[in-house]
Amino acid sequence: MSCDTAVNEKPITVMLCGVGGQGTITAADLLARAAMNDGYDVKVSEIHGMAQRGGAVSTTVRFGKNVSSMVCDPAQADIIISFELLEAVRNAHYLKNDGHIIVNDIQIKPMSVLTGQAKMPQGIHEALKQLGEHSVDIFDAEAVAREAGNPKTANVALLGAAAKFLPLSEKAWEKSIESRIPPKTLEANLAAFRAMYNKLNA
Amino acid sequence: MSKILLSGNEAIARGAWEAGCDAGFGYPGTPSTETLESFSKLEGVYAEWAINEKVALESAIGFSMAGHRALVTMKHVGVNVASDPLMSIAYAGVNGGLVILAADDPGMFSSQNEQDSRVYAEFAKIPLFEPADSEEALEMTKAAFELSEKLKTIVMIRSTVRISHTKTLVETHDRQAAQPVPYQTSIPDWVMMPAYARPKRLESDKRFAELEECSETSLFNHAEIRDTSIGFIASGACYQYVREAFPEASTLKLGMTHPLPESKIRAFADSVDELYVVDEAYPYLLKGVRAFGIEPTPWTSPLPAAFEMSAMLLKESYGSPIEQNTTALELQKQVAVPPRPPALCAGCPHRVAFNELKRMKAIVLGDIGCYTLGALAPLTTLESAIDMGASVSMGHGFEVARELESKAGVSQSTSNRPVFSIIGDSTFAHSGLSGVVSTVYNAGVGNIVILDNRTTAMTGGQGNPISGKTLQGRQTNELDLPKVLKAIGVEDVVQVDAHNVKAVREALKAAANNKDKLSVVICQAPCVVEYRIHNTVRVVDAEACRGCGTCTRIGCPAISMYDTNIAEINDKLCNGCSQCEQYCPFNAIHSKEGE
Ligand SMILES: Cc1ncc(C[n+]2csc(CCOP(=O)(O)OP(=O)(O)O)c2C)c(N)n1
Repeated sequence: MSCDTAVNEKPITVMLCGVGGQGTITAADLLARAAMNDGYDVKVSEIHGMAQRGGAVSTTVRFGKNVSSMVCDPAQADIIISFELLEAVRNAHYLKNDGHIIVNDIQIKPMSVLTGQAKMPQGIHEALKQLGEHSVDIFDAEAVAREAGNPKTANVALLGAAAKFLPLSEKAWEKSIESRIPPKTLEANLAAFRAMYNKLNA
Repeated sequence: MSKILLSGNEAIARGAWEAGCDAGFGYPGTPSTETLESFSKLEGVYAEWAINEKVALESAIGFSMAGHRALVTMKHVGVNVASDPLMSIAYAGVNGGLVILAADDPGMFSSQNEQDSRVYAEFAKIPLFEPADSEEALEMTKAAFELSEKLKTIVMIRSTVRISHTKTLVETHDRQAAQPVPYQTSIPDWVMMPAYARPKRLESDKRFAELEECSETSLFNHAEIRDTSIGFIASGACYQYVREAFPEASTLKLGMTHPLPESKIRAFADSVDELYVVDEAYPYLLKGVRAFGIEPTPWTSPLPAAFEMSAMLLKESYGSPIEQNTTALELQKQVAVPPRPPALCAGCPHRVAFNELKRMKAIVLGDIGCYTLGALAPLTTLESAIDMGASVSMGHGFEVARELESKAGVSQSTSNRPVFSIIGDSTFAHSGLSGVVSTVYNAGVGNIVILDNRTTAMTGGQGNPISGKTLQGRQTNELDLPKVLKAIGVEDVVQVDAHNVKAVREALKAAANNKDKLSVVICQAPCVVEYRIHNTVRVVDAEACRGCGTCTRIGCPAISMYDTNIAEINDKLCNGCSQCEQYCPFNAIHSKEGE
């Protein structure tokens, strides 16, 4: 994955997707601030409204020298961070052919499944792996966050994973997290971020 | 100076503040809502939620008449409601600067239609600005206030969901206090009776010539000449899609889009070989360009007429190759992902009324709010949603039809189903109330359910006259719904706890049986999200549960019966509303404490 060389010509596109209430918007904001701290032009686009009530949500962050479109077209995401397994599959076609997808290993059942109208699909992990052995990372972000001190920082842990593939400095990330996260949970968030970053590097 | 990230909405609020605007009026509606919310938090301003958009605009007109700068905010369909004062203030003109934000929703992410507000600016003959990012949103708002006072006209800013809800980098400035424009009695300017309105109409036509000049010289309308073999005319979000898809092409970027700058458009058209015009959801610019007698180059395949534009769609219509992730498309075929539409939250007080109306096989005429989700599975109870307030008046029309049928001795297969109008508290105050007055006046019968959750939940929990909380946090009068209804002349009014199944059931039944009267049932309980309500979590007694599925059919996202033959309650989502416990026929659900 060669984000570093690409960034000068074309913006980097990161799509964050999940289920309403999972903290995708906060994570997108942290990423955008980190990019801003490193001097990039940034756009963050999110959809509010009906999507808030437990529906599927997605937010796009684009950064680079100059960013025009604020949305992610199919096959344009350098990175997808999916906060949930089904949403990873639902949005997989947005991933660039050489893009990277980071997936939180949890399943949140949609209403149709809860009521028995529809079945949960099987074999999601295997299906996602078809995107390429080195293009997919699936892990339990909540477990990593819990180990680091606070399971509620799973969204920041996911960002830690994405950070490995993004040309943003450690300082930019830390400054971003410090500017947005209240002091009470700051340490836990930073710990979760670092835990995931190191996990992937290992 | 360093830049900060602001959404288009926040930037418009900031621009208004920097321009010395003293007051904001509006009614919530996605994607406009955060504009007034963020404006209300800026230093030294007054801001309020009106009960609807017409009232908001009229209040702003009064504020402007008194000599001060006012901002009015609403979503696109709100402009329909405000269009009556809008069309006439366009004649009367303004005193203090007056700027209206219309936030459109191409793609209908959270709206009932995708109408284009630019048509209103054209209809009213008022200036129109269309920002393409947050920085422009801020600058245009300031320019809009200047222009408004200079030419004595209301100015419209039209954004779309992708401008309002996209954060981009913005340079902010200090606030410049605006000098009040002294109020002077001027009856011919403000009394739009025919004798005075006629000259005002001619005046507005004269002003239009000045506006055309403005548009020609506006820095917001400028040609970016690059490769001249291909040129695009675009505004707003579409401009960004053009830049993304065709970075080498020449572009006429339009920011003041009413009136359109004819000379600039002609000059641009002459300077490029192929000319394309880009709109989304409505061909506003295309029609304007054609009206100048300029015929753009046809696309290889026509641009989609409906929904959002994108860089990819532009490339596709132009005939450029489109990238696809075929592996992903293939795996999506293998793994059928069930859809994930939004649903009423766990513990939502609206749920019981829908389940009871479903049991009664009622015809439920709905309205707009969270409760519109009553149309989706497993509730599938709400049968209409047209515009705010429509449930009440449509219910009246439905009953009139039934009365005529019964007089004529004809009946339909659905004739024995009771008809209920169902409406939220904010929507009731917005425009449901007038439907009740009209029904009572015409001696109408019928049944109305008011879902009083003490907030405007759909748009993020704004206060309303029933909740008694203002935008800037002042405590105020709580509208007493039963008293108001009785004063209007509704005799049969009952108020019940929205979570109490038995009480709701009996109230609805009594209303339906009371056939020759208008009945109102108020189901009251605070929104669990807005008021952060957490009662004792419920659990399923595995011994007692027979797996009948009654509790899953009420449509609570905390309850499932998936891998097991017995129900399961997700204790992270459950907030102890007790609805499932009341519905369980086997007494198998209890509060956790009780174990
Ligand atoms: C004319 C108009 N203005 C604003 C909106 C946006 N909007 C949709 S629903 C709603 C209010 C919902 O509040 P309420 O009736 O109290 O129901 P709740 O969501 O709380 O259940 C608003 C403001 C709209 N659809 N139409």
